[in-house]
Amino acid sequence: MEYISLFVKSIFVDNMIFAYFLGMCSYLAVSKNVKTANGLGLAVIFVLLVTLPINYLLYTYVLKPGALAWMGESFAGLDLSFLSFIVFIATIAAIVQIVEMVVEKFAPALYSSLGIFLPLIAVNCSILGGSLFMQNKDFINVGESAVYALGSGIGWWLAIVALAAIREKMAYAHVPAPLKGLGITFITVGLMGMAFMTFMGISL
Amino acid sequence: MDAKLKETILNPIFKGNPITVLVLGICSSLAVTVEMKGACVMALSVTLVTGLSSLVCSLLRKTIPNRVRIIIQLVVVALMVILVDQFLKAYAYGIDKQLSVYIGLIITNCIVMGRIEAFALMNKPVPALLDGMANGVGYGLILVVVAFFRELLGSGTLFGFPVLSALGYVNNGLVILPPMALILLGCIVWVQRAIQKDLQEK
Repeated sequence: MEYISLFVKSIFVDNMIFAYFLGMCSYLAVSKNVKTANGLGLAVIFVLLVTLPINYLLYTYVLKPGALAWMGESFAGLDLSFLSFIVFIATIAAIVQIVEMVVEKFAPALYSSLGIFLPLIAVNCSILGGSLFMQNKDFINVGESAVYALGSGIGWWLAIVALAAIREKMAYAHVPAPLKGLGITFITVGLMGMAFMTFMGISL
Repeated sequence: MDAKLKETILNPIFKGNPITVLVLGICSSLAVTVEMKGACVMALSVTLVTGLSSLVCSLLRKTIPNRVRIIIQLVVVALMVILVDQFLKAYAYGIDKQLSVYIGLIITNCIVMGRIEAFALMNKPVPALLDGMANGVGYGLILVVVAFFRELLGSGTLFGFPVLSALGYVNNGLVILPPMALILLGCIVWVQRAIQKDLQEK
């Protein structure tokens, strides 16, 4: 039951885009049509789902204050949490690289639709953001962190596909010249965010 | 100061602003604009991180192998961010808690990586440092403008001092909520592109 509430909460209430603005850069740049937006969204779900549990394990067994207790008495007092930024980003960059190579080798069809987005994703804030939020959230086991990753990823995917669909339709609208492109996109995302805020009152 | 260097410093602040023109680094910028204080600290941190990482990457530019440069750049940037984060934790713990994950997210702020890729790897250390810092300032400027309106209209204060609230202004709670930051940013883009017609998209 907790898994379901965490899942729904991370999709709608704590939506990566509308509540925390994470991954905005690629969100705005790659939302011009639904097909590519869909590809990027799926890639984000995938990478979050792989990196977040790994970072969770690293944090719990290596970085957290007292996490190294399993290595013996003398390590129990260590607090390596100041290293978490560099460890998380290195893990993400390395895993994205590995995933890219594996996908290219074993699933060329998937690579041609998803592959171009993978290098972009290493520096997507929503991936690192997911890991940093995980650090604050005190999950009790790997399963929770994986569910959180899946939910956040789906929330991001939902947001980018919705925006891309709106932008495709907006091509036929008369927007004032200075607002065209970037300006109207910001305002659209703001209005979408307001719509998503109706989920905020839900307590699960 | 020669004209090229001046151009390097002045261009990112208005004409080539990283947020409104290049659309970089929006990720971490909007959530910290509820109050002026947080926005100013964030602006300063980003200026320092972009400046210093551009400087270091520019010093290393001849030794970094092209294939693994992204990882090396990330490590340099992460190092700078850790320094800033530890400094804030030590001397301004309240603000560090308030900015929470967004300090860490400077690492993936596209401005930092963007400037290293586009400028620092091809230029000498001093212009790279200035370019990085100027981009940080251009970013900070937008942050502070958005934060100014959000704090003034949302809480009636500036830097925590009552301004509008002293005049009997009823706070507009909507401005504090995340979506308004985007709409305000849209308006800033609107104003800038109305002034600079050559930036308008077809």
